[in-house]
Amino acid sequence: MLALEQFRGSTRSWLEENCPPSMRTPMVPEEIVWGGRNAVFTNPESKVWLARMADQGWTCPTWPAEYGGGGLTNDEAKILAEELERINARVALTSFGISMLGPVLLEYGTHEQKMEHIPKIIRGEIRWCQGYSEPGSGSDLASLGTKAVLEGEEYVVNGSKVWTSYADKADWIFCLVRTDFEVAKHSGISFLLFDMMSEGVSAQPIQLISGSSPFCETFFDSVRVPAANLIGGLNEGWSIAKRLLQHERTMISGFGLASGQGDRGGTTSITASLEGAAMHYRGDKGRLSDSALRDQIAKFKIDSESFALTLQRSIEEGKQGEPNATSSMLKYYGCELNKRRYELFLKAMGSQGLGWEGGEFETEELQVTREWLRSKANSIEGGTAEVQLNIMAKRVLGLPDMLSLASKR
Amino acid sequence: MALALSEDQQLLRDSARDFCQDNAPISVMRRLRDEKSELGYDAKVWQQMIELGWPGIAIAEKYGGFEFGFTGLGLILEETGRTLANSPLIASVLLSASLLSEAGDEKQKSELLPQIASGRLRLTVGVDEEPLHNPTRIACTAIREGSDYILSGTKSFVLDGHIADKLIIVARTSGKSQSESGISLFLLEANTQGLQIRRTIMVDGRNAANLVLKQVRVPEEAMLGREGSGFKPLDAALDIARIGVASEMLGSLQEVFQRIVGYLKQREQFGVQIGAFQALQHRAAEMYSEIELCKSAVLGALQCLDDPSATAKHRANMASLAKAKLSEVFERVSNEGIQMHGGIGMTDEFDIGFFLKRARVAQQFLGDASFHRDRYATLNDF
Repeated sequence: MLALEQFRGSTRSWLEENCPPSMRTPMVPEEIVWGGRNAVFTNPESKVWLARMADQGWTCPTWPAEYGGGGLTNDEAKILAEELERINARVALTSFGISMLGPVLLEYGTHEQKMEHIPKIIRGEIRWCQGYSEPGSGSDLASLGTKAVLEGEEYVVNGSKVWTSYADKADWIFCLVRTDFEVAKHSGISFLLFDMMSEGVSAQPIQLISGSSPFCETFFDSVRVPAANLIGGLNEGWSIAKRLLQHERTMISGFGLASGQGDRGGTTSITASLEGAAMHYRGDKGRLSDSALRDQIAKFKIDSESFALTLQRSIEEGKQGEPNATSSMLKYYGCELNKRRYELFLKAMGSQGLGWEGGEFETEELQVTREWLRSKANSIEGGTAEVQLNIMAKRVLGLPDMLSLASKR
Repeated sequence: MALALSEDQQLLRDSARDFCQDNAPISVMRRLRDEKSELGYDAKVWQQMIELGWPGIAIAEKYGGFEFGFTGLGLILEETGRTLANSPLIASVLLSASLLSEAGDEKQKSELLPQIASGRLRLTVGVDEEPLHNPTRIACTAIREGSDYILSGTKSFVLDGHIADKLIIVARTSGKSQSESGISLFLLEANTQGLQIRRTIMVDGRNAANLVLKQVRVPEEAMLGREGSGFKPLDAALDIARIGVASEMLGSLQEVFQRIVGYLKQREQFGVQIGAFQALQHRAAEMYSEIELCKSAVLGALQCLDDPSATAKHRANMASLAKAKLSEVFERVSNEGIQMHGGIGMTDEFDIGFFLKRARVAQQFLGDASFHRDRYATLNDF
């Protein structure tokens, strides 16, 4: 315990010295740092902050120091998180390398593969994207058809992916490819990494209902990939793919969190909390006049607070950082909560929550409209709500699988 | 504090589970119902609970308890909830001992708490006067006359009211109904002249009572705490009880869910186990998710009670959160318990109906989901 308290002390003073002032203010979407070869630092202090945190390995606190990680124990990592929260420090680096690829590379990669990729993830030098879904393979992901054929020391990849988040900005892709067409669909998939600068790769952004284009359609036309970039064994990609999805769900389930920070995460504006917005647009003081909405908001906040406690409990019951059997539940519930949050914001704000653009609306009001539309994807991406419920029914509750019953008859 | 049980707490829970399964299974509850038991609980089982030290689990050591915390008491209640084992633990220990601790003076506490801890004294609290819980709507009056008080009014849904040795009556010494100030607490013997106790037989097989107080004269020493300042300690004790009942509900609804999942795997229709049907799978998975939230809400609330740095407002917040959430989910799970069992779920021979009946009484007790959502909103300034 004494050692932990010392760690807290030294962490606190390090943060005090090294966290730049503007990095202690609420994050704004334009200043989120994604890293990569063409990293954009709208705020110069975020570059300084990233470099300092990466030097400590604290962008990935519990990853092994051998690969540039923080090498912290779970208890130390918790203290670091608390100390960061205490000064409202911004996340230094947001990346799919950290939240999705890194954990499975550490689990399945060879020492050489880890040495090549992990330090660059930690330092934010390479930005990764995820090549999973295809036009014909959504919920039935294992039916994917992008193929990789071994020619000498290289795989030749042909096919296309869809919903590839930020493929137009990413440097590398982790990609599911079919390496055997003769076996059952789950048994012919491999997990391949390659550079998006490779010849034959192209990405086309897709405009969504919210007006933004975070996702792309990505095409591979005879892309040549070194065979050494295969992670795990040949045709053993499906178990890595599922493992990575668990990490993705854990990340997405965090969207539902609202406890203690206002309902949209820490800003002080009129849309910082649901009840604040609801009272503001009705001119209410002290008590929300719409009693039906008041009840719905209370119910939402109770669920949200209970969900935050559940996330905390699942971390403490499982080993920290390792997704456990409840990741589908957390993903399902977190996403439903986030969608509820935005529907309630629309009810709270009336017509002011429905602006599309123009000067008649405040920037933050327009943001709510766009975020509401964006939230609809929460229960689709990373496995639909229905897929999560299926997983819970079968894996957690042990209920029988109709598809396998039908195939036996 | 880590949101997880300590090793001692896990041991306590496991031994409580074994005890309830072995000594107080649902068949005991069924027998009490069939026999129209006057007590509403099994005296032998209660005696065994006393021998295990359960009544004293959350009471301070200096008053003869074990000072094991409310988390310990909550874990025991969760296990009694699984088998619907009724006992004086809720009225006497959870509610009344908490109120004595919050409101009583040193003399009252050192006289009465050891008697509760040792199971010799059964106590209850009379708060509500109407069919819905509302601890500020107190019309029962206490008027000073010399060194006595004269109590007049009515009380309803007083848990174990018909078997309690003593009762704590919430009465108004000043102020209007709905006002927090002017509420005072009085300790009465059950046989006090002018106190009429009418047993109410509830749908869950447990007992409560309606009280009529007709010019009941009590000496001023019968008052707990200061005149007119009873609401604060009352609400604090009610919050403890709300969280404890939420814990009991958590045990019951988990048992229902376990039975549902078991039945989905066992029952066959159309040539397959009905648990293979997606319509049922998704409802089961949604319940599973809600129950995970319930576990966290109850554990968070119990730990808040045991956290000396938690404020009264924080406790109130967690109490309303837990009671609202558990009331809502228990309603859903108890209804699904019937529906997913189909026809057999409607029969008296099958136990699942007992959980439906207990659910509704537990939901109403000390405030239903809508009461607590309203209170939660007020506590959070909206």
